[in-house]
Amino acid sequence: MMSAYEPWNEARGAEIIAEHDKLEGATLVILHAMQEAFGYVPEPAIPMIASALSLSRAEVHGVFTFYHDFRHEPAGRHVLKLCRAEACQAAGGDALAARAEARLGIALGNTTADSRVTLEPIYCLGLCATAPSAMLDGRVVGRLDEARLDALVAEAQR
Amino acid sequence: MKMRIYVPRDAGAIAVGADDVVTALEQAAEKHGLPIEIIRNGSRGLYWLEPMVEVATVKGRVAYGPVGPADVPSVFDAMASNGPHALRLGLADEIPWLKRQTRLTFARCGVIDPRSVKDYRDHDGYKGLERALTLTSDEILADVTASGLRGRGGAGFPTGIKWKTVAQAQADRKYIVCNADEGDSGTFADRMIMEGDPFVVIEGMTIAGVAVGATKGYIYIRSEYPHAVAAMNAAITVARRTGYLGERIVGSNHTFDLEVRVGAGAYVCGEETSLLESLEGRRGIVRAKPPLPAHKGLFGRPTVINNVLSFAAIPFILNNGAKAYADFGMGRSRGTMPIQLAGNIRYGGLFETAFGITLGELIDDIGGGTLSGRPVRAVQVGGPLGAYFPRALFDTPFDYEAFAARDGLIGHGGIVVFDDSVDMAKQARFAMEFCAVESCGKCTPCRIGSTRGVETINKIISGERVTENLAVVEDLCNTMKFGSLCALGGFTPYPVLSALKHFREDFGPVPATLQAAE
Repeated sequence: MMSAYEPWNEARGAEIIAEHDKLEGATLVILHAMQEAFGYVPEPAIPMIASALSLSRAEVHGVFTFYHDFRHEPAGRHVLKLCRAEACQAAGGDALAARAEARLGIALGNTTADSRVTLEPIYCLGLCATAPSAMLDGRVVGRLDEARLDALVAEAQR
Repeated sequence: MKMRIYVPRDAGAIAVGADDVVTALEQAAEKHGLPIEIIRNGSRGLYWLEPMVEVATVKGRVAYGPVGPADVPSVFDAMASNGPHALRLGLADEIPWLKRQTRLTFARCGVIDPRSVKDYRDHDGYKGLERALTLTSDEILADVTASGLRGRGGAGFPTGIKWKTVAQAQADRKYIVCNADEGDSGTFADRMIMEGDPFVVIEGMTIAGVAVGATKGYIYIRSEYPHAVAAMNAAITVARRTGYLGERIVGSNHTFDLEVRVGAGAYVCGEETSLLESLEGRRGIVRAKPPLPAHKGLFGRPTVINNVLSFAAIPFILNNGAKAYADFGMGRSRGTMPIQLAGNIRYGGLFETAFGITLGELIDDIGGGTLSGRPVRAVQVGGPLGAYFPRALFDTPFDYEAFAARDGLIGHGGIVVFDDSVDMAKQARFAMEFCAVESCGKCTPCRIGSTRGVETINKIISGERVTENLAVVEDLCNTMKFGSLCALGGFTPYPVLSALKHFREDFGPVPATLQAAE
């Protein structure tokens, strides 16, 4: 799956807000929609959301920064998430995470210099009986071993 | 006649290749010129056998697993000829691991097509709601109370009492909220039921709405579960179209509608008040209680907030009567618990059974020990906030009170198995680290205590003044346990202290004076 995000565009941002601003407690819904469209939540969107929902800019900024999911800048072309929670730890996830870091030359939570791959930890995909597990651009993968991980990393680097 | 084949759409099955199996099956069918119908069911929860493919026969559904795409041509031949195959498991319903369970909540999961309300109805679906619509609010509440159902999210609060409080509250509107923020590692029952039998969650929430007089419900699903989000949204659309959601549901005078909201990666939002804040569009900061959500919940209105499994247990209770449910279990833990076996385990998956089964039976007998083949050293029960138990405590029965008596908790019913390569000091540090990262920051014991905890355990691991620093950790844990606003800070001491108590040897040498005293 290739990321096909739109570049930030104020009119499009306003359109997204208008789609959701009548919902009860719409802030997270709008932030998710922004990220879905642009790949991250562009800074200029924050005051626009605040104004549409009659909130202060600080309130929206506070929500934006509270949740791990929301990105402040675009991710790499591919996002590889490795589950780092206990069930995957028990099934050899620590060694696999170290292997992925070594192969990509970056620590978890970073993007490669060529902007191809973002490597992130995730705390539980709910695939704990087929651990260790990962998610590449929304596609779930279980029963990871060295070979399967290497294949995932290679796929992400393409 | 078309050959009817079942391949799960469950994320756990997809993660090990179920979608590729579907493609391969379609190719095999085309090659043979045999028409097939593929139904994407949920998972039956025997994850070491996933992708588990089933074919309908006159005698019942015959299962094969684990089926990889490369196995498909030969499996297809075996299906078409009803012949032998190395992966053939016999009739799915007769698989011993499945047969010895008591599936009340998960009766349909893996059996039906999760997008078909007709299939749901053909398997006793919506009978609970239909009966509820003939009862008064008090009668529904009496049934739920008499069933002995306690909150399956982990806190174990009696569901009937919670509902009654909301029913009695006066307000212009009330809400039903389903907590599907299943963040505990080792748990996946919520995900499975949402993907495999979403209508049971909808039915349970609808019954709650009818009972307490609420017309709107929200299902708050974590963003890590995109397949569950899709499954619930698809089911809600079908339920609306068929008159099970919306105005005048099933021809009654009741209105009830549902909406899915997606979380954003904050573990603390599994805590009910934090979840409500998040639903309102705010930071997931924990609220002080009282007021209880039953009095002032979502948008300040009386709110029933329950876990997915609590709602999913309701249709059975309403359809079969409170006693049929309460007849299972032990002590004050009535009914069944969908237990999840995970981590380094040979036969991992979902095992629904009456309360009272021992931890040892679950790990050794049902789970078959570790996948690595090494000895089991520790099991964590109840997620990141649950205690680590050694083999010496394997006689503990699965029961809220029995676990509490041994300084543990059953939480959401997840069990993560570790073999003897585990370093328990590292696991204790992880518990503190996780709390530090996920703390909402509102209360000091959780916010600061967890950070100090990481630092102190690091000192212990590096051998720095071990005895003194262990005392600091214990002191920190006490402060967190009794001073935190919610279970995140309050329960993080469980994994830490249990690791210390049962696996002291992993925290550096015990000083000679202490050894002498023991």
